Amino acid sequence: MVIEAQGLTKRYGKVVAVEGLNLAIEAGEVYGLLGPNGSGKTTTILMLLGLTEPSAGTVRVLGFDPAREPLSLKRQVGYLPDSVGFYGEMTAWENLAYIARLNGLPKAEAERRMGRVLERMGLAEVADRPVSAFSRGMRQRLGLAEVLLKEPKVVILDEPTLGLDPEAAQEFLGMIRGLKAEGITVLLSSHLLHQVQAICDRVGLFHKGRLVLEGRVEELAQRVLGGAYRIRLEASPLEGLAERLGALPGVARVQLEGTGLRLEAAQDIRSQVARAVLEAGASLTSLVLEQPSLDEVYARYFQEVRHAA
Amino acid sequence: MQPSLKGRREGSPWVGLWAVFFKEMADHLSSTRMRILEVLILFSAVGAVYAGAQTLRQTVSEDPFLLLRVFTAAQDPLPSFVAFLSFFLPLAAIALGFDAINGEYNRNTLSRVLAQPIYRDALLWGKFLAGLATLALILLALFLLVVGLSLIFLGVPPDGEEVGRALLFLLATLAYAGVWLGIALVCSVLFRSAATSALAAIAVWLFFALFWGIIAQLLAQAVAPYDPFNPESELRQAEALLAFSRVSPNTLYAEAIQAILNPGVRSLGPVLISQLQGALLGSPLPLGQSLLLAWPQLTGLIALTLLLFALAYVLFQRREVRA
Repeated sequence: MVIEAQGLTKRYGKVVAVEGLNLAIEAGEVYGLLGPNGSGKTTTILMLLGLTEPSAGTVRVLGFDPAREPLSLKRQVGYLPDSVGFYGEMTAWENLAYIARLNGLPKAEAERRMGRVLERMGLAEVADRPVSAFSRGMRQRLGLAEVLLKEPKVVILDEPTLGLDPEAAQEFLGMIRGLKAEGITVLLSSHLLHQVQAICDRVGLFHKGRLVLEGRVEELAQRVLGGAYRIRLEASPLEGLAERLGALPGVARVQLEGTGLRLEAAQDIRSQVARAVLEAGASLTSLVLEQPSLDEVYARYFQEVRHAA
Repeated sequence: MQPSLKGRREGSPWVGLWAVFFKEMADHLSSTRMRILEVLILFSAVGAVYAGAQTLRQTVSEDPFLLLRVFTAAQDPLPSFVAFLSFFLPLAAIALGFDAINGEYNRNTLSRVLAQPIYRDALLWGKFLAGLATLALILLALFLLVVGLSLIFLGVPPDGEEVGRALLFLLATLAYAGVWLGIALVCSVLFRSAATSALAAIAVWLFFALFWGIIAQLLAQAVAPYDPFNPESELRQAEALLAFSRVSPNTLYAEAIQAILNPGVRSLGPVLISQLQGALLGSPLPLGQSLLLAWPQLTGLIALTLLLFALAYVLFQRREVRA
């Protein structure tokens, strides 16, 4: 286990920010800490790094206790805060050099690494410009460059795509995927569930300081949405198709949606669906397997919780 | 982890101190604030030497402490060098320290810096020492300018004791500046907005510069009321007044440099006639005796600096990284 937390709790006065959190993240995993703003994601991250003290519970990151061995821990764990800031009047290079000195890197080694990470993040050409002129996306990449400077084993990213335009966000997510390929364990938090679900091996969904759901995206979809496979088809005429398809084995529900139908099924039954449509004498114009969206999982879960209450 | 180590922090709190120190020092030296301070330094040095030289040229009697007179002599409308320093240094110290910690919050750099393998101790110490070193640099520049200019204008080289007194004066001034740097640092931890912090620090300065004298007088009258039929009550009131006004770092500094720069000063409090029996009035004290006289004030200033730093330290250690 790279990151382990047991019964982790943080209270600010009477307000409970995080309650009874159990977390176990393995080496090389990309884990998504997801949930709306104010649900305790950042507080959890700060506790993992030892930047804030837990009210109760234990944490181990790479086997280190953040409260007692913060230096060894922070030497191997990179952290990109949610609203990353730099010293605006200093250049990108100077900002990195400061962090390298704080990490105690020898000068030659530091310069070698700085050149490499700036190159990798596509910032080599603007290295000598003051950071105050940088765009949000460039700052974010400089932040990741700084994280990589210490050649970390674990990288913790707080809202990495916040404030980025869709293209920059996808590019940044691609860079995060690159970290996984290097064997770096990644913990990221986000409230943009659909944006990060593709790069997470596992996710934990937060709600009011509690981790309410945890697992692989498909597992969660299966558990919460019932049918994990959602098939969307367009055919004409639609009359009578819904009943026919609903009778197929494994279909949980059929819904009329616009000019087509949406099926939820336990398996990928696209070929059976196609056959059924053709046997009914209709013409099939499109048949797509939709990826379950975490947003939907989240929304549906709380709908059910509310209904149960 | 061994059980014996439990409850202990790993590593040294000084890791990263010098990285912070040099970064902050470079920031200070290249900042616009510093440009403004440099212009002020130049003006004040020229003004002080001019005022000193004007006064001294009018003196015909022999004076063994010419250099020290340059520091203390005032020529209307120019204040003396010392008076100028006690006015200018608190402002310079506040200017260097008021946004030390809240500036990191406002630029969103604090969590990034604290995620590096350093303790908060290193950040605060580094910032404090960098501020102090910058002030020392300003002071030294000012001091050398004044000494150099007065050598040119007066043409009298200072002797060993004068240089010793001048260096002690420099030390006392640095301690005084440290007090205000400490106050600015505490404000920068307490207040999230840089403007509020600067204003609060200046308010403290104004309080001691303008109001504390009045308050000390009222307090002294309340504690030791003057009785016209009891001459001793007058002395008690004077002593109470002195005790109260010594709460202010300004008083401590003024007394310390009075003793250091003026070898004729034999006491910083009220003196009774009986205590002067056998004294040669106006004859200068040796350096060691003057130092002894200023010792409580000097240690008081240094202790106050450390106390303020400790307060900032405790406040900062408990502060959440996120607002």
